[in-house]
Amino acid sequence: MTTQDVIQVILYFALLIGLTPILGNYMFKVFSGQKHFMLPVLGWLEKLTYKITGVDSGEETNWKSYTFGLIMFSFIGFVFVYLIQVFQAHLPLNPANLPNVSWHSAFNTSVSFMTNTNWQGYAGETTLSYFVQMIGLTVQNFVSAAAGIAVLLALIRGIARKTTDKLGNFWVDLTRSTLYLLLPLSILFALVLVGQGVVQNFKHYETVQTLQGAQQVIPMGPAASQIAIKQLGTNGGGFFNANSAHPFENPTPFSNFLEMLAILLIPAALTFTYGKMVGSKRQGWTIFSAMLILLIAGLSISLYAEYSTNPIFGHFHLMEGKETRFGITNSILWATATTSASNGSVNAMHDSLSPIAGMIAMVNLMLGEIIFGGVGSGLYGMVIFIIITVFIAGLMVGRTPEYLGKKIEAFEVQMAIIAILLPNLVIQLFSAWASVSNVGLSSLNNAGPHGFSEILYAYSSAAGNNGSAFAGLNANTVFYNLTIGIGMLIGRFGVIIPVMAIAGSMVKKKITPLSAGTFRTDNGLFIGLLIAVILIVGGLTHFPALALGPVVEHLLMNSGITF
Amino acid sequence: MKTLVISLKIFLFFTILTGIIYPLLVTGITQVILPSKANGSLIIRGGKKVGSELIGQQFNSPLYFSSRPSAVSYNPLPSGGSNFGLTNMKLKKIADSCEKQFIAFNQLDSRTEIPSEMIFASASGLDPHISPGAALLQVDRITEARRFNAIQKQKLVQCIKVLTEPPQFLCLGEERINVLLLNLATDQIK
Repeated sequence: MTTQDVIQVILYFALLIGLTPILGNYMFKVFSGQKHFMLPVLGWLEKLTYKITGVDSGEETNWKSYTFGLIMFSFIGFVFVYLIQVFQAHLPLNPANLPNVSWHSAFNTSVSFMTNTNWQGYAGETTLSYFVQMIGLTVQNFVSAAAGIAVLLALIRGIARKTTDKLGNFWVDLTRSTLYLLLPLSILFALVLVGQGVVQNFKHYETVQTLQGAQQVIPMGPAASQIAIKQLGTNGGGFFNANSAHPFENPTPFSNFLEMLAILLIPAALTFTYGKMVGSKRQGWTIFSAMLILLIAGLSISLYAEYSTNPIFGHFHLMEGKETRFGITNSILWATATTSASNGSVNAMHDSLSPIAGMIAMVNLMLGEIIFGGVGSGLYGMVIFIIITVFIAGLMVGRTPEYLGKKIEAFEVQMAIIAILLPNLVIQLFSAWASVSNVGLSSLNNAGPHGFSEILYAYSSAAGNNGSAFAGLNANTVFYNLTIGIGMLIGRFGVIIPVMAIAGSMVKKKITPLSAGTFRTDNGLFIGLLIAVILIVGGLTHFPALALGPVVEHLLMNSGITF
Repeated sequence: MKTLVISLKIFLFFTILTGIIYPLLVTGITQVILPSKANGSLIIRGGKKVGSELIGQQFNSPLYFSSRPSAVSYNPLPSGGSNFGLTNMKLKKIADSCEKQFIAFNQLDSRTEIPSEMIFASASGLDPHISPGAALLQVDRITEARRFNAIQKQKLVQCIKVLTEPPQFLCLGEERINVLLLNLATDQIK
């Protein structure tokens, strides 16, 4: 690594930390219904939304209605995206004359975008029309992110309010997240991206004659508008197959820097919003710190692995699957950020990362996408781990565990355990199934332990709603499209429903005032405990599987063995 | 039932807003203020489109600077990398043969250190750049193939210097050179 590499990394974290309170405070105002500077600009649009759709913005509901609204809304999105894919050839805006999408690929893709995963078994430029990308996928990029924020808001209200059953209005939370947060940021970001060279048009694919006289067909499309939201909304689904490694999605180091920042921007800022909404900024910064420590630890290990030499390639820097304009540091910084947040966009091919860097990416997925994590989903996932931590701490000192004045009782702990176990079950069971069946094994691009890593990565990505891949795996088969699709559904709703149940249970409780005997959840000791619990619960679950994949591959690589 | 109706209405509303109005708004603005970039940064020479500044092309003629190895041979439909793991035997074979080939093609000393982007395939398969070092290693071969004299060779080296892009804002990304632009400039040397 050079000094310049270090400067880039420091600049990245400095901006992330600096923007957290600014955006976090803005979101606090938006979500708690206070006055903010976008209200005069877009307030009319919010009112118009409620008027047209018949939403009563003053009405608040309990956890069951809130969750039911979310599930119904998600289901409609799923059906719509499914239908426009399987009838794509008969719909407009299809200049490349792409045929209808197969039923299993359409199922996978619609689940994928509805669950904020954006796993892609298909290649955008050769599979989907502009119509599907824009009217189907771009919309889901917005609303699946907004739905994640809505669940978080309900959980926060569950913690902050007392002795009621009202958790807010799903439609209002959805609308405000979209109108005041995601839409303005996306418009701004899309314009900057086009300024760097990202395409935004509805033209036919261009045929050019290259300097050597060959023909090259260059795909086009409304890419910038989709890329802006796929980065900001931790969606990650590329317009083109190579995702943000494609020069039309990410043309310059500056566009790369901004896209990387956009990955973590909202999830990081939400920790500040959280602190303000529960009435203690320190609580927010505590969570932020735990996340940042885990992120930097992962990044350091990955960078060390990538800059180490190995007997197979000797002194060569590992540029396989990386772009010249980004180099190694930016590729690894991106890989760490995108797997920590449940974004899943890539600017380098994770399949070709060194085994240990690939393992760190996988661990980030397996921990449940809580190191900043998805928009909304990262933080509610983190609160699950906080509940477990508080519970374990309570067991150790022999007191009833409390979090922010709310008693943590059997029901909350049971729900938290379900939310942790379900995604982990997906990873373990489906990976095991795929690695002993012909339908699973025939899709591999690599032999030896790396082949197993491809499978393990796929289901970790599905369960964590991440969407990145060891992309050598040919996942566009009936087997993978269905199992990964089911994995994504469990990874999303298997966490959301228990989280909402916790919110519904906590909101009814009284708030116990702070006393000298209260176990503090806003200091260094708690950060340490929380990190330990995350690593023990999340990490050890998967250690045996990781040992069979990246760990053994690393050891074999260092002995110069290839497959 | 009430939830279903509201869900449908909200879904339709957001589809129109974020799926139609938003992309059209961005398209409209950028087509007016940044038309060239929004339309793919195409390069036109003699009235013909010869490529996009951002999309790499295959160069294997001795007259041109070579671009990086590509898993898709610079065919953008679809883009992508090799996705070979480091312990994949095929990757080792391809990298070894790229290294040998680069040395032989450019008549270099077999102990020359080849920049690693010239032996490993890119992520997109369309990487438009190589490092300036990789370009300099190809100067002698191009000079010979084009029968350049000393002055023309000097111009060629000058082209590399002029077209080298430093890290953006002095600190972001890597030093690099666009192969297509470099080859277009090479064609202009008289």
